[in-house]
Formats: sequence, C-alpha cells, structure tokens
Amino acid sequence: MTATCTIAAFEADYRNRRRRMRLFFWLVAAILAVALWVTTDMANFFRVTQITMPDGSREERWILLAGLPNLGDYVAKTIPDLNWSSLDADLVQWFWRWPIWADLLLETLLIAFMATSLGVAAGFLLSFPAAWNLSPSPLLTWITRRFLEIARTVPDLVWALIFVFCFGVGPMAGVLAIALHCAGALGKLYSEANENVDMRPVEGVRAAGGTWFEQMRYGVVPQVLPNTLSYTLLRFEINVRSSSIIGYVGAGGLGQELRTAVSLQEYTDLSALFLIILATVCLIDWGSERLRHRVIGLEGT
Amino acid sequence: MLSLDGICCRFGDTRAVDRVSLDIPAGQFVGIIGPSGAGKSTLLRLINRLVERSEGGIHFGSREITGLRGRALRQWRRDCAMIFQQFNLVDRLDVLTNVLVGRIADHGLISSLTMRFSEAERELAFHALDRLGMAHKALERAGNLSGGQQQRVAIARALVQRPHVMLADEPIASLDPGNATRVMDALRRINREDGLTVLVNLHTLDTARAYCDRIVAMRAGRVMFDGTARQLTPDVVRDLYGTDGLGQIDESVTSTSLRRLELA
Repeated sequence: MTATCTIAAFEADYRNRRRRMRLFFWLVAAILAVALWVTTDMANFFRVTQITMPDGSREERWILLAGLPNLGDYVAKTIPDLNWSSLDADLVQWFWRWPIWADLLLETLLIAFMATSLGVAAGFLLSFPAAWNLSPSPLLTWITRRFLEIARTVPDLVWALIFVFCFGVGPMAGVLAIALHCAGALGKLYSEANENVDMRPVEGVRAAGGTWFEQMRYGVVPQVLPNTLSYTLLRFEINVRSSSIIGYVGAGGLGQELRTAVSLQEYTDLSALFLIILATVCLIDWGSERLRHRVIGLEGT
Repeated sequence: MLSLDGICCRFGDTRAVDRVSLDIPAGQFVGIIGPSGAGKSTLLRLINRLVERSEGGIHFGSREITGLRGRALRQWRRDCAMIFQQFNLVDRLDVLTNVLVGRIADHGLISSLTMRFSEAERELAFHALDRLGMAHKALERAGNLSGGQQQRVAIARALVQRPHVMLADEPIASLDPGNATRVMDALRRINREDGLTVLVNLHTLDTARAYCDRIVAMRAGRVMFDGTARQLTPDVVRDLYGTDGLGQIDESVTSTSLRRLELA
C-alpha cells in the first residue's frame, strides 16, 4: 500500500519536473528565435532594392538575389587571360611581381614565426598567475587577466595601426601587434589548461618544500605541456593568416601588396596574391596539423 | 619532540581541529584514527603548514613552527616529509625525477627550474628507491606504476628529504592488502632504522594496533583517546565511531591485513 503511494508520488514529481524542463526549453527557443529575427532585420537581410531590368524597366528585388551577380562579376575580373599555347608567358604575366612577392612572403612567415615565439613566451609566463587555482594572490590574477583581455580583445590589425604610428611602417610593428594579440589569446587558453590540472602533484611538491616557481615547474608544467604544444601550433597557423593581411596597414608582409592591388584596381594581381596566401596557409595548416596529431598521438603511449 | 599546544583550525563555522594538544617524543610511531571528517588530515596538514592554524602553537624541539615564513617554512616542510593517500606524484615525470623533488628545498631557483641535480643527489635518490625495492623502475614514468609502487616511490621522495618526522595521510586507504602491508612495513622499517618519528592516519583499526606504539583517536576535531593499542577497548571504539544501527563493530570487516586473512 505504502509502496504504491510512494511510486505514485514519485511519478507525479517526475511529471512535474519534466513539464518544467520542457517549458524552460521552449521559452529559451522562443527567445532565441525572436533575437535571430531582430538581428537579421537589423543586418538588412530583408531589404528590397530596385534593379534595372534588361528592357530598361525598374523592378523590386530581394537584395540578396539582386547583389549576387556582382560577386560573379568581381571574381570574373580577377581571372587572368590564360591561353594554352602561351601558358608560360601568361603565367609570368600573371605573377609579374613574383620577386617582390617572394620576398614579402618570406617576410610574412618570419613575422608569424617571431610573433608566435614572443606571444608564446609572454602568454605562457602569464598563464600561471592568471589561473585562479595556482595564483599566489587574487590581485595578481585580476591584473594579469585584465591585461590578457585587453591584449586579445583589441584585434591585431588595430594594434598594428597603433604600432605603425609609434615605430613607423615595417615588419617590426607587425611582429609586435601579432605577438601582443597572440599573448592575450594564448595566455587565456594556457591558463584554462592550468586551471584543469590535478592539484595533487602540486601539493606533493609544496609538501617537499618547493617554492611557488618549483610547484609550477614540477607540478603543473609536465601536466600541461602537450596542451601547450598543441595550442601553440594552432596559434602559429592563425598567425600566418594574420601576418598575411597585416601589411594592409603598413605593418609588413604581403598585405601591403593586397592594398596596392585593391586601390589600383589590379584585379589579376589580387587573384595571384590570393592564390599565394591560400597555398601558404594550406601548407602551414597541413604541416602543423600533422605535427599536432603526432604530439597528441604521443600522449597515448 | 614535536608538541602541539591547543591547536585549532576553523573553516567558517566548522572546527576541523579543536584544541588538540599532543606531545610526540622523537622516534615514536603514532597512529591517528577516527571517523571520516574527524580532522585527522587537517591535523597532519597543520603540522607541515599546508593548512594554517587559527589558534594554538606547534613546536619542534625549540623551533616555533607556526610563525615560520619563506625559506624557513620550506626547510621545515623538508624536515617533516609527507606522503598522501593518492601518492601525489607527478605522473608525467620519471620515477627518479619524482624522488629528486624531495631535494628541491635545498636548491637555488635556476638549478631546480632546469631540473639539474648533482650526482650525489641522484645517488641518494637511487639508494632510497633501492631500499623500497623500486630501483628497477627508476626511469619509468611514475604514472605507469601501480598504486602500491607509486606509494613506495612517494616514500622514497620523502626519504631523500632527510626528514625528522614523517607524516602519512591515509597512506594505505587506496591500496590492496598486499601493497598496504608492504607500505606499512616500509614505514615501520624507516621508523626503526632511521629513528624517524612517524605520524600516520589510518582507517583500519587492526593496522593501527599492529604497527603503532601509540594510538590517538579523534572525533569532531578533538582527541577522544590517547594510549596504547591494548588500551583501545571495544567500548572506546564504539564511542569513537558511533553505533547508530550497528550492534557491534567488527574490526575484521575493514581489515586489510594479510595475516588475518591467512588465519581465517
């Protein structure tokens, strides 16, 4: 008798809880749907524009469909004239500035490499005070975290603008800009890895009389090292992408050529540069991904 | 002589350790028993200052422990080595380096951050491992060892600290009976041969009876009993653990002793 009562009470409880969960789910879904509708509207997705038809009449069309042909036109302009019979000459014509571009490509890669090195060093050092569980003082954590936030929330392109203003046009501004942004982003990722470490080894080192630095070196670093390596390689890929555009504001690398090509309307130069950047980024991505998997694979053994 | 004098430790409103006074002569093997949450772990951590006291004092000989800071505190932690229930080794470092962690209190910042140890130190570590029958594992990753092996490595780490006192926090609670016996035997040998004072937290009464010169029982942060194994009568045990819903506490139920199993 009591058993059936308890079961009935449990069933009622269970139904109630399920109903509340379902209600909550639909409430959240409705809010998200409204928010999406409002933002699409604000982003002009529903705008209607007038276009001229081939017969000269004006008609109303949805902006997305009306604008799409322009994309095709733009791409078409960047495609060079290549003929099978004179392919060599056409290719040379297409990549006519290749000696300069090769130099700038090298510069792009060096910017990415140096910025990653500096960013990793700074981010790694700051990631220890930035982790709540490891930091020697809450104030220090607060300061480090704010610094990392500022460093990563300002886009590297904006840092580059500031540094070009300070140190003049050239790759140094680019290196500093990407390094700063990279330190902020990596410091955050590293510190999150630090917050997930097993604290028992750290306590072990502390109980043996280790200083804070020794607790980090012996207790934490061996635990987070694979993570650190993986994040670092990932960041190098991102930095190559950044450094190929950062020349747009005068901070060195291929980006400056992109800017010239856009402003002089050298459409075929644009496609040539785009291909160079694409090939480089793909190559770096592919190589570092293999390296990363090797590192993660080593973990298993 | 290690003396605790009215030591208290409060976390918010709870008194984890409540006015505990103990005098422990050098070379004694002391077992601390009591139900979970009685403050046994906190008591040990108060001694090596992993936890800060709220009131009271701790003295080791003429040394005042509760006021130590910086280098002096690290040297005190070196002098009272600790081993843990979960071993607290660095899984991803090799066994030898784990043992050498016991030497870092005497190192400068640079030499310890670059993990540079002298030949004499490596010899000391190897010798300690050999004593615990773990020398053949010296270059293996600590994380690949079994629990019992890891605990013996942890004891080796404690030994190279050349401590005066050994604090052991539930050292056998996650080990099988065979490894538990090996670890307790190792602690007893260290106690007898090196004259180290050993303070060990235990869950199993028969282990406490078998190994300890003196048994201290805690409940709700206070010392309820302090005496020899023989003085620990069933009445005291019932008082200590409470008997809600239990007729009698049968020590063999929680026993991890091999000897007892063989007898049965």
